[in-house]
Amino acid sequence: MYSEKVLDHFMNPRNVGEIEDANGVAQVGNAKCGDIMKMYLKIENGIIVDAKFKTFGCGAAVATSSMATEMVKGKTIEEALQITNKAVAEALDGLPPNKLHCSVLAEEAIKAAIEDYLSKQKQKV
Amino acid sequence: MQGRSVYFDHAATTPLKREVLDEMMPYLTEQYGNPSTIYKLGREAKKAIENARERVAKALNADVQEIFFTSGGTESDNWALKGVAFANKDKGRHIITTTIEHHAVLHPLKYLEGLGFEVTYVPVEPNGIVDPQKIKEAIRDDTILISVMLANNEIGTIQPVKQIAKIAKEKGIIVHTDAVQAVGQIPVDVKDLGVDLLSLSAHKFYGPKGVGALYIKKGTKIHPFSHGGAQERNRRAGTENVAGIVGLGKAIELATANLSEYANRLQKLRDKLIDGVLSKIDHVRLNGDRHNRLPNNANFSFEFIEGESLLLMLDMKGIAASSGSACTSGSLDPSHVLLAIGLEHEVAHGSLRITLGEDNTEEDIDYLLEVLPEIVSRLREMSPLYEKVKKGGN
Repeated sequence: MYSEKVLDHFMNPRNVGEIEDANGVAQVGNAKCGDIMKMYLKIENGIIVDAKFKTFGCGAAVATSSMATEMVKGKTIEEALQITNKAVAEALDGLPPNKLHCSVLAEEAIKAAIEDYLSKQKQKV
Repeated sequence: MQGRSVYFDHAATTPLKREVLDEMMPYLTEQYGNPSTIYKLGREAKKAIENARERVAKALNADVQEIFFTSGGTESDNWALKGVAFANKDKGRHIITTTIEHHAVLHPLKYLEGLGFEVTYVPVEPNGIVDPQKIKEAIRDDTILISVMLANNEIGTIQPVKQIAKIAKEKGIIVHTDAVQAVGQIPVDVKDLGVDLLSLSAHKFYGPKGVGALYIKKGTKIHPFSHGGAQERNRRAGTENVAGIVGLGKAIELATANLSEYANRLQKLRDKLIDGVLSKIDHVRLNGDRHNRLPNNANFSFEFIEGESLLLMLDMKGIAASSGSACTSGSLDPSHVLLAIGLEHEVAHGSLRITLGEDNTEEDIDYLLEVLPEIVSRLREMSPLYEKVKKGGN
């Protein structure tokens, strides 16, 4: 059902936790549907220097969160905004069709955390 | 205890017993005759089927003429519901069931609703047991059938089928029970229960997959399941699964021979498991009545975590179990049974079903009690829902 890569990212998730001084934070999904992803980004000079997550969800939800945080690290905001759910799923060597919504959630989490950062920046101006 | 391999999903299926396979083997090899033929090879096969029918009838306290072989529990349930509905539609079109039935009952009932039948789904109490009085209140003048499972497949609760059958008999209503999870776990006596139809499946009690039986009380008005040859006294056409039927006969004989000894042993293990989980882990609840449940079933909900993740981590530790999580089924809604007993969606998502079998030992329970708290803790550390609790909220 799951690729070796999905299982690896589920069993050994990268970047689990919170960033105390994160400047982009967002939570997507809802507990009723069984998936919540909370993403923390630390952005400096337009570059994502650190990313962490907390996830309530199935194996695919944890693995896509882990992979998404790996993919955004070191990228500019513009580059991170280009990351699609398909790219996250492909980086995990694919997901079962009924689990693709987890990768959609990962894409949404990245975008929402960046939006949070951008809105905070606007407030500063 | 690392490297252990423990199977805790006996409600899903059980391993085939060696003695059962030994009895089946000749009918898969040299005794391959079609039981509908008249020469010796066929007669031997027919004899084997009738011997199995006697064993099933004896196990259920039924008459041999009342046992019909099927392809399993799903077919038995479908046949009972559609067969009775079609044969009795002139009398009425109303059927009563509960909200916690297996999909093998709920889905054919939905199908019947599409054909103009009306179904009342009686809710269960928070302990997962239906109140017979509520069944009684649902009865109408045009009620033709009541279908209530004997034991629930997810939370293991045992339903008051005997009382329900008594109520139904006073009104002349036919009663079916899905006993797929009950046979081999608790005593099942069709006369004592007072039911008209009862479904069972061999692979739930160490028999082969793909074979089951439907008990149909003599005189019950029911349409045939399939049309074709004259097999199963013209009620279920198709060449019989001879080896499977032989296996069913042997398996039910073995499963009912030492039932109380088996059930007592598993019940002790189950209680040790329940006590252990409730004392070692916080924010957990046992689903289903604490005592009126199958001796081999324990079903828990762990708050703040999701069931499939729990299953995957248990699997990594060599433990096979089940969950009522939506993510294991491909839908977004968790188990209808867990929702029916009043669990909130987010709590139902974090459920774990442990069903014990005869190979399980006290060491298996110790192993689970050793690894489960670690796994729950690890997943909670990862869960944004657990943050509040950790930070002193609730």
